[in-house]
Amino acid sequence: MNNTNIGIRVNKVDNQEKTSGSAKYIADLKFDNMLYGKTIRSTKARAKIQAIHYPVLPKEYFIIDHNDVPGQNRVKFLVNDQPFLAETVVNYIGEPILLIVGPNRQKLKELANKITIEYQPLTAALTYEESLRCAGGAIFGKDNKFASYTYEKGDISRAFSQAKTIETDEYTTGYQKHAYLENQGMIAVPEADDKVTVYGSLQCPYYIKRALEQALALPEEKVRIVQTTTGGAFGGKEDYPSILAGHAAIAAKKVGRPVAILYDRLEDMASTTRRHPAQITFQTALDASGKIIGMKINVILDGGAYAGISDVVLQRSLFNITGVYHIQNLEVHGCVVATNTIPNGAFRGFGAPQAFFAMEMHMEYLAKKLQKNPLDYKKLHMVKQGDSTATSGLFLDKVPLPEMLATIEKMSDYTPKYELYQKNENHHGIGISLFLHGCGFTGSGERDIIKAKIKLRRQANSQQVEILAANVDMGQGLKTTFKKIVAAALAIPMTDIIFNNPDTDHVPDSGPTVASRSIMIVGKLLEDAARKLKARWLEKGTIEITQAYKQPDRMHWDSEKSHGDAYPAYAWGINVVETTVDPLTLQVDVNGVWTVFDIGQAIDEQIIQGQIEGGVLQGLGYASMEVMTNDQNGKIMQDSLTNYTIPTMVDFGKVNHKLFTTYYKDGPFGAKGAGELTLIGAAPAYAAAVAQALKIRIDRLPVTPEYLLEVLQNENHFLYAK
Amino acid sequence: MKTISFTLNNQSVSIQTNLQKRLVDVLREDFALTGVKEGCGEGECGACAVLANHKLINSCITPIGSVEQLDIMSIEGFKDTERYHILAAAFAEAGAVQCGFCTPGMLLAAEALLHVNASPNETEIRQALSGNLCRCTGYSMIVAAVKIAAKNGDGLW
Repeated sequence: MNNTNIGIRVNKVDNQEKTSGSAKYIADLKFDNMLYGKTIRSTKARAKIQAIHYPVLPKEYFIIDHNDVPGQNRVKFLVNDQPFLAETVVNYIGEPILLIVGPNRQKLKELANKITIEYQPLTAALTYEESLRCAGGAIFGKDNKFASYTYEKGDISRAFSQAKTIETDEYTTGYQKHAYLENQGMIAVPEADDKVTVYGSLQCPYYIKRALEQALALPEEKVRIVQTTTGGAFGGKEDYPSILAGHAAIAAKKVGRPVAILYDRLEDMASTTRRHPAQITFQTALDASGKIIGMKINVILDGGAYAGISDVVLQRSLFNITGVYHIQNLEVHGCVVATNTIPNGAFRGFGAPQAFFAMEMHMEYLAKKLQKNPLDYKKLHMVKQGDSTATSGLFLDKVPLPEMLATIEKMSDYTPKYELYQKNENHHGIGISLFLHGCGFTGSGERDIIKAKIKLRRQANSQQVEILAANVDMGQGLKTTFKKIVAAALAIPMTDIIFNNPDTDHVPDSGPTVASRSIMIVGKLLEDAARKLKARWLEKGTIEITQAYKQPDRMHWDSEKSHGDAYPAYAWGINVVETTVDPLTLQVDVNGVWTVFDIGQAIDEQIIQGQIEGGVLQGLGYASMEVMTNDQNGKIMQDSLTNYTIPTMVDFGKVNHKLFTTYYKDGPFGAKGAGELTLIGAAPAYAAAVAQALKIRIDRLPVTPEYLLEVLQNENHFLYAK
Repeated sequence: MKTISFTLNNQSVSIQTNLQKRLVDVLREDFALTGVKEGCGEGECGACAVLANHKLINSCITPIGSVEQLDIMSIEGFKDTERYHILAAAFAEAGAVQCGFCTPGMLLAAEALLHVNASPNETEIRQALSGNLCRCTGYSMIVAAVKIAAKNGDGLW
């Protein structure tokens, strides 16, 4: 099964069209008679819409409101609570109320400015506290909770009654914006017989298809989604595109002409999803030696105004909350709450970066309280093969952390540097983070919800094989890696494999391009199908192989109790970050970044290098400089790439990396998931390094100079000096 | 409305236009040069970068009125040069292309750098390309690509 050559780099198949500028992104397409759409959005965080006044519209200009939605005016997510266009109330600043459509974009702006909306303001809930006490009445359900879960393991009351000491501590994390370089955009084209085709920048063609069937009240054969070259996504084009595609399609249906809605940066920043802010508290029971014997953990995520897919994000936060540590007795509570802010959604890591930051920093905190070396303390609790997971599943496969640790210690000189910087007062620090990523959908999602299916087709008298799958290349290299898997399994050249941008009229639903699942789950289906095709290669005529997902037998999950194997396999990572902090300005310089990852067999080592370097940098941005906040009215304060700063080429240097390979038998050639893992460890390693440099305790992300000043001015934060 | 004349991808062109119109819109809409990307609309990201008399400019904050008589080169013109082929091959070799949205601007930023400094060191590359944002790669593979191009294109710049 293992093919040690598959990891050797190849030139990516889409290099040429991208370097030459000939690749067509959504904003590069034009259709005959195409109109443009602009979205009129709420300027109030929570209000009743009392009246709307329109200007006289010139010929070829149209207004679209909620009455124009042919089907259900609700975006199909897990819960149908979010309208495409607001009806009587608005729940966040930026909520879509109307669309205005016409041929000239400048004119649309002028007309949009002449539309006035009268509101009756309502009391908004903007914070966790306001949400939990349902300020202004519940936004969602009776208690403002989009979802809440509790799970237990072992005997928590016994652990706490036997505890020598109990440590309590809390962490908070902020928003993060994907800041893909290509803003969101969709073009809907009405076709004959009521059919509509939507082209766009997206991750999940079939999510959009299902959302539009519901919105337009159309049967499945009347809705077609085609992905265009996608300029980055990182989760941001998982959920929001269902809304945007809905807007374009509703407008196109009404006016009977193609409608393009292309966001500029300001609109993209101020209306699309962000990473959920989190507040995580620990109560940890320690025995006389300082070892953890039990933990009570509470997680609150801010979901924003509508449910979206927050429920699933929360699950990943909760099921990963104990990090890479074996905790015998556990009680975990969590909820995701509604606030009158932009709905939050999927972002690389999907609830895990918040959890790992909190748990890693909590381990640092405990170690320092106990006057132990943090890494030794972490090692004492590290999981090993056969141990139980937080949700009482099992780590069935080898846990490669000891070898990975030995390697990264050598690469980075972590321990001697740590000891030196503990003694020195010259503001150097080094931090280490240990983490995992449960690959693929949480729980039985693949089996019960996604039910992925792919096809391989070889036409009669052809040597070429076409991949028919709904997963997209959004920059992560899927066009190359999918072809590589099929070519290797068939032992034919990659140039004989065809894999076009997904078009739902032609490809089966192999599920969304999310959750680090594309290679591990869909890639495996492709590998298996390719082996079947190889066995039939000499047959005459067209051959079509369909391969459907089957959950590995060894996986057991009870979703009612959140009990069992939450993931089929785990990918592993360790990061070390070294910093120097200027004691006057509190500016942090990163002097070195070292990383080791076990993602199973890399399908292309250079593509994985790109995932690592890009993911780690996005994680360092999350850790340090990416500040996003709301003002007191609930309006986003960072709405451009000028005031929301992402790392540039000069902010951080090289990311050193080394790969470990623990083959996963249910992944193609032994591959596991990689895309999200790479982002998770940077923030805790960075925070631990800065904490050491300043001899402080860090309990918040992002770690900005302003935050550090606040910490230094508060005597209580000089925790370890006591 | 006024007539503006300039050189675009080695051809003399003129256009009747509002002088305030952004160069990015002129290039994308009037000349259908969609390799010029708009990422931020305020000169932060460099996706819309083009060369003006061989210097890198952001076309989203350049009014067309200011390009009179200038020599403008977008990726569509640059891709026919030998230097482009060296750079494109280097980007491929280094794995410097992911989503591709920043790539035309990055290539032109590299060209602008190599034009004045044929063998830049790491710091010079990072400085020169720091006005071009990329959210996918973490940048180091782009830096490596520019180094490869400088080496392979010895004598071309």
